[in-house]
Amino acid sequence: MSEDFVSPDIHHERISHKGQDKAHTGLNTKVIWKVFWILLAVTIFEVAISFTGLSKTLLLYTFITLTIVKAYYIVFYFMHMKFEETALKFSILLPFVLIIYLIFIAIYEGIALGLVNY
Amino acid sequence: MWIFLLSDAFTFSSLLIMYGALRHRWADIWPFPGEVFTHFPFIHGHVPLAYVGLMTFILIMSSVTMVLAVDAGHSFKRKKVQMWLGFTIIGGLMFVGSQAWEWYHFIKGSGEGAYYLSDGRFARTDDLEPGALLFHDGTRIEGAEAEHLKSTALKNVKGATLYENEYGPTPLFGNFFFFITGFHGFHVFSGVVINFIVFVLVSKGALDRKKDYELVEKVGLYWHFVDLVWVFVFTFFYLV
Repeated sequence: MSEDFVSPDIHHERISHKGQDKAHTGLNTKVIWKVFWILLAVTIFEVAISFTGLSKTLLLYTFITLTIVKAYYIVFYFMHMKFEETALKFSILLPFVLIIYLIFIAIYEGIALGLVNY
Repeated sequence: MWIFLLSDAFTFSSLLIMYGALRHRWADIWPFPGEVFTHFPFIHGHVPLAYVGLMTFILIMSSVTMVLAVDAGHSFKRKKVQMWLGFTIIGGLMFVGSQAWEWYHFIKGSGEGAYYLSDGRFARTDDLEPGALLFHDGTRIEGAEAEHLKSTALKNVKGATLYENEYGPTPLFGNFFFFITGFHGFHVFSGVVINFIVFVLVSKGALDRKKDYELVEKVGLYWHFVDLVWVFVFTFFYLV
């Protein structure tokens, strides 16, 4: 009981130490540079295949997949989402279901408007 | 910070989704980004995507230096935090500068611009192929016929404004370019300012006295988010 009232400063320190331990479990300079090389390689690959003359649809889906791969590495490693609590993970990631829904209805609407003659 | 980033992600998502919707609405006349962003400093010729690729590299690089700053903060190495944060600020400024260069060329356009022809068609020109009219479907007209079409054209458009641009017969392409990259560039600029404030606080030893480098982690989150948004803008505005 008394421990809760020591001082706000100590409480604060305890939190930051907790974060410190967690961060040390997954992210060190070696991992950081590894993620950097992955991101760089994916970007160079994307620019390179855009000149190969593959079919537009194939390119589109490749780009979308690779973008999500890049987003995963940035969010899960650089923003250390991977090492966060499950509750935080879900409260941030789940709302993006709505974004996926919006993508489908908006693109569908766009195509439909293009078909209207006026 | 996460909740703020979530709301900001929604803003950027709605902009990019609207871009996608209107691009599909005008699918037959929408410009090909690979034919618009072709400039590269000191190179006379077309190098599509190379410059945005370089900008992406700069931003990812500055994201890495930011993680390294956060990492150094965990072990209270003030000098290292200062160094990596400094590199991040430089990277951010380089990115904003690159974007200014990109905007300059987008607004200035080519030497001759594009023509709204009297038969209703829209034809672009290219500095590297003088005298030729280029159409969206890939066909081209040269010589006397091109000169005749130009002389009877209804309008000649050079560069880009919010009302018209030489890249296609719709202002929407320019509008989305200015709004999306502008909104993102403003985020980068704010990030540089915030990073600079944290840099000053770190240099003064304020975080050492607090025995807490969480502030670096917070601006780090914002900075990575800006990088993340650029990854999506890069794909959906420049690549596809």
